[in-house]
Amino acid sequence: MAEVSQIEVQVKNANGMHMRPAMQFVDVASRFASKISVSNEKLTVDGKSIMHMAMLAAVAGSKLKIKAEGNDAKAATAALKELVEDRMFDEPAWVPKA
Amino acid sequence: MEIKKGIAVSPGIAIAKSLVIDSEDYRIPRRSILPSAKVAEVKRVRDAFKNAIAELEDIHSEKDFEGERIKDIFAVHLRFLKDKNLRKKITDLVYNDLLTAEYAISTTLREVANHFASVQDKYISERAADIYDIEKRLLRQMLGEKRHDIASITDEVVIVAHELSPTQTAGFDKKYIRGFATDAGGRTSHTAIVARSMGIPAVVGLEDVTSNVAPMATVIIDGNRGVVIIDPDETTLKQYTEFALEFERLERELDTLRDMDAITRDGVTVELYGNIEFPNEAEMVLDKGGHGIGLYRTEFLYLYSEMEPTEDDHYKAYREVLRVTGNLPVIIRTMDLGADKFTQSKRFVRESNPFLGLRSIRFCLQNLVLFKTQLRAILRASVEGNIRIMFPLISSLHELRQAKMILRDVMEDLDEDKIKYNPNVPVGIMIETPSAALTASILANESDFFSIGTNDLIQYTLAVDRGNERVSTLYSGADPAVIKLMRSVMHDANKAKINASICGEMASDPEFIMLLLGLGYRTFSLAPPMIPEIKKLIRSVTIESCNSIARKVLMMNSEREVINYLRSAAMKVLPEVF
Repeated sequence: MAEVSQIEVQVKNANGMHMRPAMQFVDVASRFASKISVSNEKLTVDGKSIMHMAMLAAVAGSKLKIKAEGNDAKAATAALKELVEDRMFDEPAWVPKA
Repeated sequence: MEIKKGIAVSPGIAIAKSLVIDSEDYRIPRRSILPSAKVAEVKRVRDAFKNAIAELEDIHSEKDFEGERIKDIFAVHLRFLKDKNLRKKITDLVYNDLLTAEYAISTTLREVANHFASVQDKYISERAADIYDIEKRLLRQMLGEKRHDIASITDEVVIVAHELSPTQTAGFDKKYIRGFATDAGGRTSHTAIVARSMGIPAVVGLEDVTSNVAPMATVIIDGNRGVVIIDPDETTLKQYTEFALEFERLERELDTLRDMDAITRDGVTVELYGNIEFPNEAEMVLDKGGHGIGLYRTEFLYLYSEMEPTEDDHYKAYREVLRVTGNLPVIIRTMDLGADKFTQSKRFVRESNPFLGLRSIRFCLQNLVLFKTQLRAILRASVEGNIRIMFPLISSLHELRQAKMILRDVMEDLDEDKIKYNPNVPVGIMIETPSAALTASILANESDFFSIGTNDLIQYTLAVDRGNERVSTLYSGADPAVIKLMRSVMHDANKAKINASICGEMASDPEFIMLLLGLGYRTFSLAPPMIPEIKKLIRSVTIESCNSIARKVLMMNSEREVINYLRSAAMKVLPEVF
């Protein structure tokens, strides 16, 4: 049975979602069968397309909605949340200006 | 419907779908493909991606990169190349919008790059460079691959391009090409020459026609008037279809004149020669019924080759013409470089007024090595045919004497080397400047013949650059000043008993022929395709009527009056030509 999972994440690494993080995101997303879309205030894109993800140009601090539809939707959003917020794309953290 | 005005360089009318083709610059212009080619073109995109991926994976496995960073960069590029969204975007452009693989790739990736570049965050915006890299890698896959869109045309088309290179035109399947329209170019551009030798219409110098023609749009090329009509409305299309049929009928009729003499109704014979630029055009002159080459432009030797031509290059080119012409006269004009035409090693110093600067014979007289090389080759060839030498742009007796002195020097060199040449080779000059026209009686004493280059004579007499559209309407052979000069040149030539001919464009203009005959001219050299039409006109008139036309024109005060009168006179004789 297809499930839908929707979460919100914040980009926490200092350099934002540039090329390499976008690649990591796509790699993780591609491990799942679910259809994955990602949105910011302006656009919604395919989470498995590096071109789309890079075009989101999510800078440090920006918030993204991740929506997964499919049998492994819950697992997918959980893995992506872990990548973006916990591992922070294996990059240094962003320090918000006071 | 859109009407664009350019320079008519090859007559005829073509109506066909457009094929807009690639130029060779790095910035890939928007170019269309034929619907029949779209499947193959999509495959080119896929192949480019496949090969680019293979190339990257090779690099990836082969080398141990200095650091993770570079490895990451290639990994990112690989993700892009494998991105289905990106590929679909490109193939959609090819399949639905009928654009070339190159353009689709280039425009899509540049769009992505521009998007990055516009992002405020510096770290992200700088990644635009990665996208350009990917674009280059993909385009590189397509280089070296033979372009097939031109070679595999299967429908009748007109070619729309920025400018055509010799390599491109060599690849055309000429069967399906009905005409050319280009942004750049002039009367002597490669496109013009190819079109004339193919006998199809061409209009050049249209400036931005490539960006105005959509893929597969219907285009009318009117090579008689220098007009290109894009997406014509029904009335225009119908009108032009009739014009085209009429033009074809006339062409066929004119071809029957080939073996007839250019003789007026009252029995005066006129000599018609052809103007050529390339040796292989000589054949067309004879095909069209010309009796020789009245103007052999030799600049092509400089303009179409990477290196400065050697004496043997010259010699071979001249012999090739002589092989075709046999004993018919061939007037070789020495190099007319400078102003708008350049050599390889002598990039000209920038001149603020190039048409009044170091050009033509003046340039030759200051570059003796180059000049002597050509003269030596002409003299060597002079024993193998009926060669005559013509110096361009002579503006004083002093210049003529200098040029002839150098010719004698070269003759002496040949004597020393025991190389044969014709010591009596006729030497004439072009009358292209008002000073030469006004001193024709003096120049005639030391020239074997005159040939009037009307284009330059008009430009210098009226002080009008016809390439400048803000004043080009002032440029006209019908101006009383031009006609008076031409009359006086004829008068002086007759007195000195030398021949004066006309090799400029006026000689191929049906409106002017009767006037020129009336002024006394009996030799014309023109663009080969125009020979039959002018011959027909000559065969329809009497010298008596031409004399009376000339007398009337010489009494007129304004260009308008002259041109209107000549037009109506020509119309009465040959209504179908107009």
